[in-house]
Amino acid sequence: MRHEEDFEANLAGEDGKSEETKNSWFKRIKKGILTSTAEKKETPEGLWSKCPECGYICTVNDLREQLFVCPKCNYHHRIGSSEYFEILFDDSQYEVLFEEIRAKDFLGFTDLKSYQKRLEETWKKTDITDSIRVGKGKVKGEDLVVACMDFEFIGGSLGSVMGERIARAVDLSIQIKAPLMIICKSGGARMMESAFSLMQLAKVSGKLSQLSDAKIPYISFLTDPSFGGISASFGMLGDLNIAEPGALIGFAGPRVIKETIKKDLPEGFQRSEFLLEHGFLDFIVQRKELKDKLATVFSLFKN
Amino acid sequence: MPQDKNRQYLEFEKPIKDLFEEIEVQLHNAQKNPKIDYSVTINQLQQSVLQKRTEITQNLTPWQRVQLSRHPDRPYTLKYIDKVFTDFVELYGDRNVKDDKAMVGGFASLDGKTVMVVGHQKGINTKMRQYRNFGMANPEGYRKALRLFRLAEKFNKPIVTFIDTPGAYPGMEAEERGQGEAIARNIYEMMRLKVPVICVIIGEGASGGALGIGVGDRVFMMENSWYTVISPENCSSILWRSWDQKEKAAEQLKLTAGYMHEFGLIDGIVPEPAGGAHWDYQESANNLKPFLKNTIEYLETLDPETRIQQRIEKFNKMGFWDETKS
Repeated sequence: MRHEEDFEANLAGEDGKSEETKNSWFKRIKKGILTSTAEKKETPEGLWSKCPECGYICTVNDLREQLFVCPKCNYHHRIGSSEYFEILFDDSQYEVLFEEIRAKDFLGFTDLKSYQKRLEETWKKTDITDSIRVGKGKVKGEDLVVACMDFEFIGGSLGSVMGERIARAVDLSIQIKAPLMIICKSGGARMMESAFSLMQLAKVSGKLSQLSDAKIPYISFLTDPSFGGISASFGMLGDLNIAEPGALIGFAGPRVIKETIKKDLPEGFQRSEFLLEHGFLDFIVQRKELKDKLATVFSLFKN
Repeated sequence: MPQDKNRQYLEFEKPIKDLFEEIEVQLHNAQKNPKIDYSVTINQLQQSVLQKRTEITQNLTPWQRVQLSRHPDRPYTLKYIDKVFTDFVELYGDRNVKDDKAMVGGFASLDGKTVMVVGHQKGINTKMRQYRNFGMANPEGYRKALRLFRLAEKFNKPIVTFIDTPGAYPGMEAEERGQGEAIARNIYEMMRLKVPVICVIIGEGASGGALGIGVGDRVFMMENSWYTVISPENCSSILWRSWDQKEKAAEQLKLTAGYMHEFGLIDGIVPEPAGGAHWDYQESANNLKPFLKNTIEYLETLDPETRIQQRIEKFNKMGFWDETKS
């Protein structure tokens, strides 16, 4: 079974035991290893990456050529919104929208740190502004609105900013009559926003209902990991629900389930292939085929 | 309401227990010495009980309120159905996999008006708690609820839901059968229901498991219930990395009815009897009933499209963020 991952730590705003920190004997690129394209040109030559699945070692630049898919075992490394936008949009041309919507610590929530401090530290560490970014561009000549989560921002957690940015993305889709795709990659709700984070599930569902009435296709693209409030709302509400291979997707996290049933979980449990077999996905798509497949799907919707 | 002798007491309810024990002693004395009049003493003690009950609920910490919401004598969905409605006909099953005992529902009459009532159900004793899976529904429960919502919609009956769950069940089969999808579907479909929907948090309102039957035109909370994205225990284990900070988590989450109302996330608070709903089931039901009747009456003056529009708008306003035009 693949590495046991503790994405709860990411939700708590810590780095967790994800592949990046596990590989810490390799030099870690500032701002997270595979996420920020803003850093791309500064990536030093000869920086190496090790596949957490098969141990294959190659340079980060080589891996980037492969769209961060392990050439040996097809493991899909976690990537961020910039990478997905570059993969998807024609000529890597896209506009990032609604960045002016920023999180604030309305409740004055303090766990081991205050939420405000956690936000400020995260903003300092990365160039992304919250756990989702909305990009507008063209895929094979057709307009597409993509809202893509960034796991490195407090575990891709679902808070008010994510809710509002998706809501505006929906409005934009309706306005320009372009399909909407949400790329999910999140450990779940942003607990520091308490009930407000829960209500985002309802808020986004309401907006998706408007999108549905406008007969505009919505695709939920689930990537590793997609948990909690994500799967209990828009993650499972696509006209099509699709996923990357091997992505961990579920409602309750593996740790919680294990503690409840007091048994080890079977191999492959909650992976994309498991969800497909149980009837919750329309298909699984290789990252390298994503753009072509989407273009086909959208043209089928359209023509 | 349980007989005085069978009552169960939380730690902070101990002073009330002591008073009841004192009443017992006095009653016993009265029996032994019929010539002496103990009624004044007993009366005074009973007054003190009422006073203590009031006092206790006035100074509860958020964590104590969470404890109160889980009081073993607390009224659950079927109790409210029994005390608020008549002619309840329970309907079972999701027409798909099975009947989920953690979710109950059926038609009932609210002073002559038919409504669909659906709610989480907890067990009233050890055996029943297991039978009801501690109020943690599986996907079947949410799909059963949706089936009943659809039935209500077809016959144009308003819907009332009672929320009382520590969360949707985190089991293996639940995942296999799509716990996330079931809840997601309910949230989405509830948003679009053409009939009035009223939701009441009667005890615990934890996370998606609560929201899965919690999207309504109006959402009310009983005074000593709580509602948020995660239970204080789980929040403590994730954010504090320890199970011991549940009191702090309860405080930080601002999960009480008072806060939720202040934040505009719910529409009203239903007062409970002094000391909590478990002291008087009928009084609790009587307090709730006008909320349901008046709200349904008002909501029915709106046409379905307006109701749905307002429902979407209401949830769309929830959230906080800064917005700086750059």
